[in-house]
Amino acid sequence: MNLEAGWVARCGRCLLLASLVLFAAAFSPMQASAQSGNGDNGTVADFLLDNGMEVVVIPDHRAPIVTHMVWYKVGSADEPAGKSGIAHFFEHLMFKGTTNHKAGEFGARIAEIGGRENAFTSYDYTAYFQTVPPDALETMMTYEADRMRNLVLTDAVIGPERDVILEERRSRVEGSPDALLDEEVQATLFQNHPYRIPVIGWMQEIKELNRAEAVDFYNRYYAPNNAVLVVAGDVDPDDVRAMAERTYGKVARGPDLPPRMRPQEPEQNTKRTVTLTDRRVSVPSFSKAWVVPSYHSDQPGEAEAIDLLSEILGGGTQSRLYQELVVKAGIASGAGAYYDGTMFDDTSFTVYGSPRGEADIYAVEKAVDVEIRRIIKDGVTDMELEKAKKRFVRSMIFARDRQSSMTNIYGSTLATGGTVQEVAEWPDKIKQVTAAQVQAAAAKYLNPDISVTGYLLPAAEPAVATEAAPMPSPGDPAETESGLPDPVQADPAHTAPAN
Amino acid sequence: MNPTLDFRGRIITSATVFALAVVFLVLPCIAPARAEMKIQEVTSSQGITAWLVEDYSVPLIAIRFAFDGGSSQDPKGKEGLANLMTGLFDEGAGELDSEAFQSQLDDAGAEMRFSAGRDTIYGSMRLLAEQKDDAFNLLRLAITEPRFDQAPIDRIRAQIVSGIISGSRDPEVEAQFKWATALYGDHPYARRSEGTEQSLATITADDLHAFHKAMFARGKLKVAVVGAIDAETLKGELDKLFGALPGKPELTPIADVRPKLAQTVSVEYELPQTSLQLAYPGVRRDSPEFFGAVVMNHILGGGTFTSRLFEEVREKRGLAYGVSSSLVNYDHANALVVSTSTRSDKAAETLDLVREVVRKMADEGPTEAELAAAKKYLTGAYAINNLNSSGAIASTLAELQLQHLGIDYMERRGALIDAVTLEDTKEAARKLLAAEPAVLVVGPAMAGTDKE
Repeated sequence: MNLEAGWVARCGRCLLLASLVLFAAAFSPMQASAQSGNGDNGTVADFLLDNGMEVVVIPDHRAPIVTHMVWYKVGSADEPAGKSGIAHFFEHLMFKGTTNHKAGEFGARIAEIGGRENAFTSYDYTAYFQTVPPDALETMMTYEADRMRNLVLTDAVIGPERDVILEERRSRVEGSPDALLDEEVQATLFQNHPYRIPVIGWMQEIKELNRAEAVDFYNRYYAPNNAVLVVAGDVDPDDVRAMAERTYGKVARGPDLPPRMRPQEPEQNTKRTVTLTDRRVSVPSFSKAWVVPSYHSDQPGEAEAIDLLSEILGGGTQSRLYQELVVKAGIASGAGAYYDGTMFDDTSFTVYGSPRGEADIYAVEKAVDVEIRRIIKDGVTDMELEKAKKRFVRSMIFARDRQSSMTNIYGSTLATGGTVQEVAEWPDKIKQVTAAQVQAAAAKYLNPDISVTGYLLPAAEPAVATEAAPMPSPGDPAETESGLPDPVQADPAHTAPAN
Repeated sequence: MNPTLDFRGRIITSATVFALAVVFLVLPCIAPARAEMKIQEVTSSQGITAWLVEDYSVPLIAIRFAFDGGSSQDPKGKEGLANLMTGLFDEGAGELDSEAFQSQLDDAGAEMRFSAGRDTIYGSMRLLAEQKDDAFNLLRLAITEPRFDQAPIDRIRAQIVSGIISGSRDPEVEAQFKWATALYGDHPYARRSEGTEQSLATITADDLHAFHKAMFARGKLKVAVVGAIDAETLKGELDKLFGALPGKPELTPIADVRPKLAQTVSVEYELPQTSLQLAYPGVRRDSPEFFGAVVMNHILGGGTFTSRLFEEVREKRGLAYGVSSSLVNYDHANALVVSTSTRSDKAAETLDLVREVVRKMADEGPTEAELAAAKKYLTGAYAINNLNSSGAIASTLAELQLQHLGIDYMERRGALIDAVTLEDTKEAARKLLAAEPAVLVVGPAMAGTDKE
């Protein structure tokens, strides 16, 4: 329902970027507090099992349904050098058999109650979930706890699954000029941190992933003390605790993992550009990115200020970029900004734009730079700031309407070094941000002369067929490519008609 | 992400797929005995009817409404009119110009969206209960007094044109139009719903006003509301929102069309993956054979990890990331569509395999065990898939009204599925899958297939 025609009409060519905005909007502004006034609805319980597994329970008694998720604090940024894609590959392998249950049995149990399941992998976490009636919760926990330690990995299951993820990479990335460019912009922006490596992995490294590496990865990271259980729905926290103790509680604590110390970014000093020309591109577009702190890596209050800066500069049709470039000057068909603050280490802040009609892509870029400089020089108005804050606070109320929004807020926050308390305090922290802090964040981080700009450009006419270029697949027409490089899922969820 | 191209070439991107995948149920209806969701039929003094689910656990309201019409009503030469119109409802209404309207909408804490389907124009709003009056007032203005000022028309049109141009060299976009034309010939379903540069250039404010007046009428209006509002209050709001609209829409009749099968449509392009679609006959939504087809389709290629196609194409052979089949139902056309993408050097093998799986289903039908498992899944999954938030519930209730399924449909649905026999599914498989399909191939020239 996100991509209804009216919405497409508004976004036109820049659906790629717009969909990322939607995604960012779904993750960062919805760091919701869950206080609400209906019984224990929204009163979040948080506790540890003896083996070190953290548990978060979010009661929501509106319906006899529960969402059960396990988040592992491991993602692509934790992979050994040269083994890119192993975190995501392993996520797929978790759907194979265990010593107690043959392959497909867990899925069949979920299917027979009409439940829903999937999994996804990102830079900092890997998550597995099922949505089922509450009386099936303990069964889900039993199976999920079982595959935490008892997976059977043979070459017979590894081979075809590796082919599947190679197809997944061809579909998502090789098939799309936008996605190929995004991947290389990211690899240029991050010069040292593993966020430079795509979640799905580099093609040549995925091809070499093998059983021994999968087993090593499993033994290192899949243990209760490296996992967070998040349960939202029609459940009582005490019951969940008892069930968790009977299931996950029986799994032995794994070895303590060292702190997640990834190589950090050096000081950046240059303006870099990454250009992809492709004969399937007709309308050019650009994005410009900077390395900025995340909610986990920032100094207190900084990430909140950057979040609001992103909203005021480029968060939708009320933003400066949209108003100035799309509405007033009429030189862009789309323009905006996004920031994904829910990351363990320093993350990226991105602005983007695409020209309208005969307008020049570089003129659009210049106009974006002008708006950034204007905030650096003059700051934001109190009115803009208040409206942006209100939008963030409101998004938390909307988030409570969906169990998945709530589980994802808590799961992603806890898997990136945050706490339940931080989620609860987020709205107040947002309210405390001053206009001066927003201006300071812009001045400190958004220097156009120290940035990475990606250009997606049409190939020179006439198009010459090339054998050498990695020709993208038709999989995703450019204007609908969502380019979500992550989370990468186990399965392209089927779109069930609402019969 | 492997996009699922449905019959009309609507593209499910990974953004959508992700949303679908992480979306969960909020309201009940697992089984009638447990159902707590009470749907009230509310009729206002002016005779406007809405289905209402009252729920106060979150202080918000979701409203969804639908008018018969949609892009199949676009006049010849003005293709894209319905889509353009739906992009303009928040660009000025009543006394408010575009800027004033959007600013007030933001202040009111509401999200408003309009869209044009093939057969229907949809509108929706999600709002905070405490700012209901402001939000509903803006929605009323958008519905009854859209301005269609020239500057927003030009801007939104330019955005759509930009989208059209940017897809103009994309083989998959080209393939969608070739495919639609091959299936539908000169029927309106073959036309581009976003229009063309030429057709959009001819559209004027007068066209938009006339189209709005023809389509936005009380006669075929369906309304669904979920959230923190009671029936009496809603009655008053319904009259305010829709009372000023004309009684009857003026719609151009659209003929039923049987998609042309038994043909191959190819778009050759050097790509690492080849995408494949196969269109078979479908079944009407109101046919007594519908649920037999639903169950059979689920076994063939529905669900996520359990279908025959998934097992053969992905699990056993690793040929694709995604493979699925779905029933497609429009007001005037139906089909069953299978789609997948595979590495180009395996395209012929994959196509042969898909056809073999389909042929086996046509010849033998499902097994008793498959039937039982599919029924269980389809019974339980409805709520999880369709009722996972206030907005989703409102959408579902509007859809049930559009399809004339009755306010008690969710209670009856379990029995309808339960009544499907093995013979029903075999009959559906024979009727739908024995036909020679239309096949769409997008990728490098395919070697080694002997398929017509």
